[in-house]
Parts: sequence; C-alpha cells; structure tokens
Amino acid sequence: MLDIKRIPTGAWIGLLVTGVFLICAVFAPWLAPHGNAEIVGGVWEPMSSTHLLGTDNIGRDLLSRMIYGARITIFIAVLATALSFSLGAILGFTAAVVGGWFDTGMSRLVDLLMSIPTLIFGLVVLSVLPSNVVTLILVMGVLDSTRVYRLSRAVAVDINVMDFVEAAKLRGEGMVWIIFREILPNALSPLISELGLRFIYAVLFLSALSFLGLGVQPPNADWGGMVKENKDGIVFGIPAALIPAAAIALLAISVNLVADWILNRTTDLKGGRGNG
Amino acid sequence: MAKAAAKTAHDGPLLDIRNLKIEATVYPPGEEPKQVTIVHGVSLTLQKGKVLGLIGESGAGKSTIGLSSMAYGRGGVKITGGEVILNGRDILKGGAKGVRALRGREVCYVAQSAAAAFNPAHRLMDQVVEAALEHGTGKRAELEKRAVALFRKLSLPNPETIGERYPHQVSGGQLQRVMTAMALCSEPDLIVFDEPTTALDVTTQIDVLAAIKDAIRDTGVAALYITHDLAVVAQVSDEIMVLRHGRLVEWGGTRQIIKEPRQEYTNALVSVHHIEHAEKTPTTAPVLSVKNVTASYGGGEVKVLKNVSVDIHPGQTLAVVGESGSGKSTLARAITGLLPPQEGSITFAGRTLSNALKDRTKNDLRELQMIYQMADVAMNPRQTVGTIIGRPLEFYFNMRGRERDQRIAELLEKIEMGKGFVDRYPAELSGGQKQRVCIARALAAKPKLIICDEVTSALDPLVANGILKLLLALQAEEDVAYMFITHDLATVKAIADSIAVMYRGEVVRYGPKSQVLTPPFDAYTDLLLSSVPEMELGWLEKAIAGRRMAAAGN
Amino acid sequence: MSSPILKLVAQRLALGVVLLFAVSVLIFAGTQILPGDVAQSILGQAATPQALANLREQLGLDDPAYVRYFRWLGGVLTGDLGKALTSGQDIATSIGGRLENTLFLAGCAAVVAVPLAILLGLLAVRYRNGPIDKLISGLALASTSFPEFFIGYLLVYFFAVKWQIFPAISTVFDGMPFLQRLQAVVLPAAALTLVVLAHMMRMTRAAILNVMQSAYIETAELKGLRPIDIIRKHAFPNAIAPVVNVVMLNLAYLVVGVVVIEVIFVYPGMGQYLVDHVTKRDVPVVQAVGLVFAAVYILLNIVADIAAILANPRLRHPK
Repeated sequence: MLDIKRIPTGAWIGLLVTGVFLICAVFAPWLAPHGNAEIVGGVWEPMSSTHLLGTDNIGRDLLSRMIYGARITIFIAVLATALSFSLGAILGFTAAVVGGWFDTGMSRLVDLLMSIPTLIFGLVVLSVLPSNVVTLILVMGVLDSTRVYRLSRAVAVDINVMDFVEAAKLRGEGMVWIIFREILPNALSPLISELGLRFIYAVLFLSALSFLGLGVQPPNADWGGMVKENKDGIVFGIPAALIPAAAIALLAISVNLVADWILNRTTDLKGGRGNG
Repeated sequence: MAKAAAKTAHDGPLLDIRNLKIEATVYPPGEEPKQVTIVHGVSLTLQKGKVLGLIGESGAGKSTIGLSSMAYGRGGVKITGGEVILNGRDILKGGAKGVRALRGREVCYVAQSAAAAFNPAHRLMDQVVEAALEHGTGKRAELEKRAVALFRKLSLPNPETIGERYPHQVSGGQLQRVMTAMALCSEPDLIVFDEPTTALDVTTQIDVLAAIKDAIRDTGVAALYITHDLAVVAQVSDEIMVLRHGRLVEWGGTRQIIKEPRQEYTNALVSVHHIEHAEKTPTTAPVLSVKNVTASYGGGEVKVLKNVSVDIHPGQTLAVVGESGSGKSTLARAITGLLPPQEGSITFAGRTLSNALKDRTKNDLRELQMIYQMADVAMNPRQTVGTIIGRPLEFYFNMRGRERDQRIAELLEKIEMGKGFVDRYPAELSGGQKQRVCIARALAAKPKLIICDEVTSALDPLVANGILKLLLALQAEEDVAYMFITHDLATVKAIADSIAVMYRGEVVRYGPKSQVLTPPFDAYTDLLLSSVPEMELGWLEKAIAGRRMAAAGN
Repeated sequence: MSSPILKLVAQRLALGVVLLFAVSVLIFAGTQILPGDVAQSILGQAATPQALANLREQLGLDDPAYVRYFRWLGGVLTGDLGKALTSGQDIATSIGGRLENTLFLAGCAAVVAVPLAILLGLLAVRYRNGPIDKLISGLALASTSFPEFFIGYLLVYFFAVKWQIFPAISTVFDGMPFLQRLQAVVLPAAALTLVVLAHMMRMTRAAILNVMQSAYIETAELKGLRPIDIIRKHAFPNAIAPVVNVVMLNLAYLVVGVVVIEVIFVYPGMGQYLVDHVTKRDVPVVQAVGLVFAAVYILLNIVADIAAILANPRLRHPK
C-alpha cells in the first residue's frame, strides 16, 4: 500500500521534524550537552559556540533545557493523548453500537462537559487538585476525551447503518466481530488523523497550562514552562522565550502535516473521483 | 442587439456540434491527477423545433454533450476540441460575455433534481422569471403572466399562486414541472432536459412526461432530451442518438432506432427485457408464509405495514412491486427481523420465526439470505472478495483452509467470475461484478430463500439484464426461492412467478403473475401498469387518453 | 415571523438556561468533590489540625455538598458571588471592572477579525486553488499550531522592544481616555485577532464553498447571470446562516484565547484574575470567574444556533 515515492513534500518535512523531536525526547540524557538543572554560565548569555542557543534566566544551557523539555512535553502529551483516545474511542464505539440509554446518557454528559471551554474547566479543576504530572495527565486526558468520543461515535454511527454491517447482523455475527472486523477497519483513517490532532492539542494545552504556571512545576520544565521562565527577557530584547515557543509551533505544524497526509491518503478508498 | 439579429438572420440548423472532444481531470486516490477523455469527437445537428434524444448508460457522456450546447462543463470538465455552432456562430469562441448572453436566453436547462436545482431561499416565481428579466426580454408583470400561463399549461395545481411558494413547499413532480416552466419562460430556441423524470415515481413520471411533451409541441422549442430510458425517450423524440463510452453508436429516427436498430448495442438496449421465463404454479407448501403482519416505526405511531399476507413457494419468485413509500422494503425488514412486526406471524420452512432478529436460530438466519440494492455499500470495503464470500462458509459450516477455498472457487464459477477475483477489494470491481459477489455471498449460506431488494435498479440496463439471467439460472440450479422487491414492472414481468402489488403499506393485489397482470384491475394496479413506459411510438398518448377515459367513467 | 420559529427559538433559549444550571453544578462539583481539600490547600501542608478545622467551619465546608451548592447558587442568582479567600474583597465588585476590560479587548479583536476573516474567506473562494487560497490554508495550518504566547511574544519582541511602537504592557485604568485605552490594547487585540483569524476564515471559506457547490448555483450560472449576481442573489442568502455560525463559534473561541493573552500583556481582565486565583487556590473566585466564562461561551453558542434557525427558509416558511 505505502509507496515512498508518493509521499508529498509537506508530509516528508512533517515526518522528518517529528522524527527529530522524538529522537531528542527518547535520547535526551545522551544528546544534551549539559544537565537539565546545571548552571553553566551567566544569565541570558547570547548564542555562542559553547551554548548554541545561549543560556536561560538563571544561566542554564538553553539547548540542553530544550532537549529535556522535548522529553517532558512529548511524554506528558503522549500519555494524555493515549488516555483521551482510549477512553473516548471505547466509549464512543460502545455508545454507537449499543445505543439506547447508554448512548443518550454518555452523549448528554459529553455535551455538558463540552459546553465549558476546556482551558477554563481545566483551570477550575486544577485550582483544587495537587500539582503533579499524574494530575495533569488525568485532567488533560479526561477533558479531551470528549472530543474523541464525539468523533468516534459519529464515525461508528455512520458505519453502523451501512448495509454491510446490517448484512453481518443478519448473518448472526456477534458484537465483537461487528466492532472489530466490520466497523473498526473502516473507522481507522479518520481516527488516526484525529490522533495527530489530539496530540497537537495536548501539546498546546500543556504548554498553555505550564505558561500560566499551573502545569509542570520547577525545576523541571516543559517548553511552555520555559517560555514562562524566560518571558521577562523579552522586554530587554532577549529572545530566549521565543525559542521554546517556536519549538512548540514547529512540532505542532509537523504533526499536522503528517495527520493531513494520512487523512488525504485514506479518505477515498472506494475509488472514483477524489476531492478535486 | 447582435444576438437578436443572429436569431432572425440565420436559417441553417439550430445547433450544429462538430467533432466535440471533452476531457476531465480525475484524481485517483493516491495517484497523480490525470486527464481522461469523456467525449471522443461526437458530432450532431438539431433543426429548429425538433427533439433529439441522447441515450446511453452511465459514463456514456450524454449529459456532458448536452451541457456543451451551453458551453458549460460541470465539475472540472473541459471542452477541449471541436465546435458548437448555435444559431450560426461558434459559441466556444464567444468568451464569457457571449456565453452568458446565450445561457437562459437561447438555451435553457432542466435538471434531473429540481429539488436541488431551485434556490431554497427564494420564491418560485422570482426564480422562474429571473433569466428572462436578466436578459431583458420583458417586463416583470408580463413575464409573471407568461409564467402563470405556463404553470397552467403544465397542469400545475393553483397556477395563480404556486409561484408564491418556496421550493420545499412543493412536491418533487411539481417542482420538475415548475423547472420546465422556468426554462420555457425565457422563450428559448433550445432546452436541454437532463433526465427530468428519472428521480420520479413511475405514476408521477407519466404526468410530467406528458406535460413536457405538450409544452414542447405548443411552443415549438427544440430540445435535447437526455435519459438512460429508451422507452421514455421514444415518447418525446423525433430522433435518437445512442452513445456509449463517449462515442456515437447509432443515430436515426425514433422509429428506426426502436424498431430496426442497426447496431448490435442498440439492439441489446431495445430488447433488454426479453428474458425467457415460464411461470411456475404455486405449491401447497410455501417456504415462507407471511400472515396478517402489521409493523410500524416510532413505537406504533406510523404504521408502515398493514395486515400484509403473502406466500413464497420453494424454488419460485415472488415479486413485490410498489412505488417509494409503499412499504415494500419494510416488508423485507419485517421478514428478516430487523423491524419486528407488532402483529401477525411469519412461518419459514415449516417453523414459526421469532419476530426479533436476536431470538432467531443460526439455521433460520442461514436459510434466509438478503441481497441489497447498493452492492458497494453492502460489502465491507476493507475485506477481499475471498473474505466476503468465505465468511458465511466459516460462520455457518465451519469450513476452513483448502475446503473453504475450494468452495469459494466453485461459487465464483457459479457467478461467472474467475478465481482471479479472490484477492480483489470491492473498489476494484465493476457495478455488475459487485452485485455478483453479493449473490455469491448469499448463495454460500445454501439458503432456501433470498430477499432481493431492488438488486438491479442501480445498474445499467444491460448489466441488470445479466444479473437477472444469472439469478434465474441459479434458481433452477439451487432450487432457491426469491422475494424480489422492485419498482420496475418490466423486471417483474420478466422473472416473477407470483406478484404482490403494494400501496401505502397494504397489499392491494396478489396472486400468480398471469392472474395479477390480467384485467379487471383494481384502480391502483391499473394506474401503475398503465404508467410503465413501453417502447412503442404513441404509447404516451394512448396511456393518457386511457386515463382520461377512466377518469370520465368514474 | 411564524410560530414554529418562535417555538424553536424559545426551546433553544430554555435549553440554554438548563445548560447554565448544569454547568454551575459541574463547576461547583469540580472544585468541591474532587479529592483536593480547599482548607489544606489554603493553609499548606504545615497547618495544624485546629487551624484546618477553624477554616473549614468558617468556609462552611462541613455542610453536605448539596447544601453548599444551593447556598452558592442562591448567592449567584442574587448577584452575591461571595468574598475572595485571599484578599477578602467582594468578588462581584472585582469582576465588574475586569469583565468590562476583557469585553473591550475581545470586542476590539472581534471588530477587526470578523470582517477581515469574511473578506479573506470570500477571496479564497473566488480564487480557489490559486495562490491566495493556498496562502490562507497555510496560515490556517500555522494558526492552529501556534501557541497563543508565541504569537503574543513575537508581537511584543518586534513592536514593543525592537521598534518600540506600542507598549509591551497594556495598562488600563478607570477614566482613561478612549484613544489612549485603544492604543494600550493594540498589541493584545492584534494577537487575539491572529489567534482566531485563520481559523475563522478557513471555516468561512468552507461554508461559502459548500453553498457555491450547490446545484442551484449551477442553475443560476446556466441562466447566464453575472458572477457577482450569482454570489449576491443566490449564494449570499444561503451562506448567512453558516457564516454567522462560524463567527459565533470563533468568538466563543476568542473568549478562551483571552486568558493567555491577558497574562502575556499583564492586562487587568478576567483571564488574568482567574489565573492569579487558581495559583492562589482561591476557590470562590475561581468558581465565579469560571461560571462567567462558561456563561459567555454558552450565550455565544445559543446566538449561533438561533441565527441558524432564523436563516433557514424551511423553518421561516413552513409547509
């Protein structure tokens, strides 16, 4: 199915950049020239050959902080996405196939949760919960699972009324066959693309929380937290805060490019004229 | 104005299309976009006041050719070669302004779905007179008067006030007539009718067809009439042009085309429904017996089946006929248990079937199979033909490995497809092949009865014919009974042993085929039978006259 | 105006009220029933049991949850939002001026963003698949990927620090002249505009394109109408509802974006107030501000729905 030559340039860039960020995240201790909390120079030293990205607000090597930041950012975002995805997809699929009161109840609850902006509700809840990584992942995962629920339910409902599913029901197939062999293979492409978007959202949400001081707590820092640490430099013309902010944008764009490509590649498997 | 001058000065043919070549860009999934040729150098001429029928299967390029007379290419379609000479000038060279001047003035268009072609935000009258106003052919008051006259001519109810309504407030058959009035209101030289009756029920179609024909005759407008139904086009056309794969097959007078076709393909189209089938007599032990079944949606609020009783005999075909909303597909849902009946009972192979699907035994499910109208959505696009046909074998008979593969090959043989198809996905099959695979899937279960829900109505006539022949051959071989749901009476005449006519959830006429199709008829069956277009010159006039007489007699 | 429409609008409004109550329950539950202890949070780990007990009693934390909810709700309905734990100030008073500031900022952004987005959306449709269209989809991709603070600090870095055109910190105070106030919010309003603009124009483009691809547009083309008339007479009346919908949904999005932007520019609005008090774990303030944000958000969503109902000819002219 996958022909390497047919991958468009945009998707190539996306894959490449995402790959680099992932490698940074996995091999952070080996790649980073200095320790995460190690003070190696003066405050906000400019970029130089010893400190490629300069130093931060208390003299730590910014490049090393960025590499460790990649690890924390991606780690939390991946876990939150995994949680939101499994929770949302399982409940959404079940609601679509089971129907009845379970569907109605779940859907109303999700409507209610979605009627409060996620960031606001996140802040409300975080005002009473202990600030640690587990809380963050749980809050992000649960709040975001509402969107996954909506999508997977809608996709599954669409597939569930198609004739081939009815044919399987008439044959006498059980629920497991219907969900895993009839519905899931056909729901995969929108869900995989959504996975990408949810991950981006998780990165942005985490960054926003950390930037507001309610996410990852010092001395550890994700990229959003690093923006907060270095933001006071901006008024003195020191762009240190812009570097982690740009990294977030870059990661989000590259994942977006990959998700777009996956969606385009798999939308129209039924043949015929594509979206011109 | 220049164009008015052209209209009067010119005395050659109205429309002269020479060597027309039309291309489109297609975007196959995962591949580079490519150019395909839709129309390969077709030429035609049309004299003033004449009607030319363009006929062909889907993909023949008939709509594309029709729209080229307005210099219009739909959805990325481009006219890349040839000339379209209208009233003596090549409109392809006229530029955007020249094209605008002729659209809605010299040539008007009637679409297949008037419901979509009217703007939901405006009243009908505003839309009907819009083109004529735009081109300055009259004052508003006078145009509205003309529109009302046209509404009356087209036998629309309340011609004085129907223009006040919005599109969604008017029925489909009426909208189609309003659209014809809209085309006529500009007093054009040519109207392009693009399948104007295809989306309508057969009893509505005949009225719209008669209205269109009268209007063409009385106004003297020329027309290109595009359809896939030869019997329909034979009623309105002076000449017929048969197209296939964007090429001309045959072009001649209507009588010659339907009576003495010269090309093999035309002949096949003309004789499409001639299937040899001897009617079998009912047995004493029906395989399926539906007794007094009543069913409804929404917890008893809308009754969609009222006290329905029919029998199906082993190895025979019951055709269930009716228009949309008659409850014929609902009957299938009641029998399969998807919509459990509220009252009545269903006996199958001597056993009483449980009402709900979930209470039925595996054997009940196996012996009662179903084939759907849309073969593409009846198969999981992510499964291969082998999996699709093999699953019932595994599920019902526990067949695995070599034994199952052997059986799949046999079934593919039966449906006249080779072993090479085992690893194909549904998207890689043609429409007819898809439906054959669905038949094989049903056969794999070794059923006693197969419910066929409009299985040929999405297919081109020749392909549909092949499917019907296959079904009959398989019936002889496997001794399987069919319940054949359709709105197409020609199909019914071809293959049924007995017939049930349904109307508004009730069976209004039921019995062996010869008996059901012999007079005296009840009112609805009469209307239905007399509405089916026959491939005969003058059928429409006869049918309408017969109907008026019946109305007068009442 | 016919009665089915009034009925639908009334239903939608009633639903909004029900939703608001449900949201108030949710917000209350979010701060009270979760396993955090407000008293503990305020006093910290080192607090003595006696101090904790005193504070609990003072806050009424020993009452069952539903009693506390209705006490709170009763207060909210009578305009009494309670007092801030940390400063003891009346919350309703503090919110008043800040809400005004926030609405002023969001309003400035909306006044620029909405017409601009619709205009650009129209341009993208007019020159579909051309360079303008490509640029717009590129910007939209970027905009959904850029964190708000990236846009915000870029603006500060260039406009306030490098070129020194606008202030980096948006100070506003009571009685400030309008023009001066406007100048103070230029940068945050610009940042907010950029945050919502691309998204709004992409959605506008999709909505208009959807209308332009309808069969009745083809009918209009085949009547020989000029492109401008096709858009004005046939596309526009059908595009109003989806576009209004798009605008409202994005304004709702703007309400959320304002939180981060206010923190960046140290702007004395609701967002800043909320974040401060979340950090201080000042639950009554968080509840009140959360409820106000949710109410604005729900209100905008209702307006979007009602606009869609009013613009639907099927509902305006029933059979």
